[in-house]
Amino acid sequence: MSNATKAEPNRRDILFIATGAGAAVAAGAAVWPLIAQMNPDASTLALASTELDISAIPEGQIVTVKWRGKPVFVRHRTKKEIEAAQNVSLASLPDPQPDSARVQKPEWLVVVGVCTHLGCIPTGHEGEFDGWFCPCHGSTYDTSGRIRSGPAPTNLEVPQYSFLTDAKIKIG
Amino acid sequence: MSGHSTYTPKSGFARWLERRLPILGFLHESFVAYPVPKNLNYLWTFGAILSVMLIAQILTGVVLTMHYTPETTLAFDSIEHIMRDVNWGWALRYAHANGASMFFLAVYIHIFRGMYYGSYKEPREVLWILGVVIFMLMMATGFLGYVLPWGQMSFWAATVITNLFTAIPVVGNSITTWLLGGYSVDNATLNRFFALHYLLPFVILAVVGLHVWALHVTGQNNPTGVEVKEMKKETLPFTPYATLKDSVGVAVFLLLYAWLTFFVPNYTGHPDNYIEANPLVTPPHIVPEWYFLPFYAILRAIPSKLVGVIALFASILIVAALPWLDTSKVRSGVFRPLFKKFFWAFVAVSVGLGYLGAQPAEGVYLFAARVLTACYFLYFLVVLPLLGKYEKTLPEPKSIAAALQSGESAHA
Repeated sequence: MSNATKAEPNRRDILFIATGAGAAVAAGAAVWPLIAQMNPDASTLALASTELDISAIPEGQIVTVKWRGKPVFVRHRTKKEIEAAQNVSLASLPDPQPDSARVQKPEWLVVVGVCTHLGCIPTGHEGEFDGWFCPCHGSTYDTSGRIRSGPAPTNLEVPQYSFLTDAKIKIG
Repeated sequence: MSGHSTYTPKSGFARWLERRLPILGFLHESFVAYPVPKNLNYLWTFGAILSVMLIAQILTGVVLTMHYTPETTLAFDSIEHIMRDVNWGWALRYAHANGASMFFLAVYIHIFRGMYYGSYKEPREVLWILGVVIFMLMMATGFLGYVLPWGQMSFWAATVITNLFTAIPVVGNSITTWLLGGYSVDNATLNRFFALHYLLPFVILAVVGLHVWALHVTGQNNPTGVEVKEMKKETLPFTPYATLKDSVGVAVFLLLYAWLTFFVPNYTGHPDNYIEANPLVTPPHIVPEWYFLPFYAILRAIPSKLVGVIALFASILIVAALPWLDTSKVRSGVFRPLFKKFFWAFVAVSVGLGYLGAQPAEGVYLFAARVLTACYFLYFLVVLPLLGKYEKTLPEPKSIAAALQSGESAHA
């Protein structure tokens, strides 16, 4: 502390700060792998896409496939269901989104089958809007997978997917 | 607190050791000579009961890991292997599973005792906060352990609880993925939950060490809430007096524990957990273990996801703020007639929330859960701060000795 009376920083102060900064960076670098190891590993990431033949799904049926360990609902919607999904006033929805923004082809609805509240799996063709009903905390979804009532904050997630052919889709 | 300490090493070896590591003297002062208020009732034996339960859980737990496999395709079967093939495996597993229930039962009584007798008040704030830390660690450990059998309830409990973190704005999903080690509860999750379930009890052990240390600095509270004034007259040495009284409490508690373990081992469990985890089917009615029910009811009572999660955590953290929320100068509830009524109402509210947490979240149950959630928070945020200002308290005894002499025991 003999330098305390001097107002000007000297070489020792700079070395002191530089050493401290170096130690902080080193500590951060050492902690990084300890934290990052908990993120999804390469084998989990490798399972990131799933293909599905949809030609066998009759109208009105929902098929569940596993994608990234979660269920994905592929729903072959009936005319009535499509109309119900399209003819909703958006203002009345908790998470407003037109049906057209949620499907690539109106007959096919593809959504992640995980309730956006706390992750339970809703059951199909149930609830007031004939979409899905979550048994855990009572959220109801419509035929576009949009939240209509209950504690869930958002619509069922639409995963990234593409039609490889008319009869085949690739999720992820 | 120094009082009865009279430790002088007797043998040559003890003298030799004491000069190099005074551990015998430390143990003597902490668990033999340590002065205990004379007027403690049986509610004060729960500290010892909890110590016994912690050791029992660690012992049975360590032994169970010798037979358990933390891998999704093997975990469920390894539990049945423990139940059917491992020598005494059924007894060890039932003792461990029911031990968790008994541990929580004891800790809830311990917490309510502290709340009734004002044990959190100055100068025991740090002691109290350490207790809340232990409680939260216990909750984490209990939850992690419940996931390990990899039954349906295990899996969906893990899913719902980890999804609480998705409520965090912006980074919620990333945090949840990081916690799970994937996009859903899977092998990576089970593996790390096992590692943490093994780690946390030892963290609890360490914090219990701090808790006891803090206790031995301030000394124990007692039913009158009046501090010890005359060490010789008002206290007794821990051994044999407290040791033996604690032993009676522990023995009675162990009777209940043994009854649960050997006669109704699945009473606190859920039959769905004997179905192997299936990520594609959610059981129609999910309930957590009984000791989480009040908090679960609070979570579900609130219609917004984020606010519900905040309320859940707030309902636990607010307990740590008790020393500052309770403004009364009188420590013990014995001398606070109005407080007493509110306290028992609060106990009823907590039990009521526990009941509602097990019911479906709809209709009249949901409404009741909302009312009781409001009551829960009002107790902390309105009742306690105001009571301290307006309550007319009864006169406190001058000292523990005076209280004992007038026969005015705390039970009255």
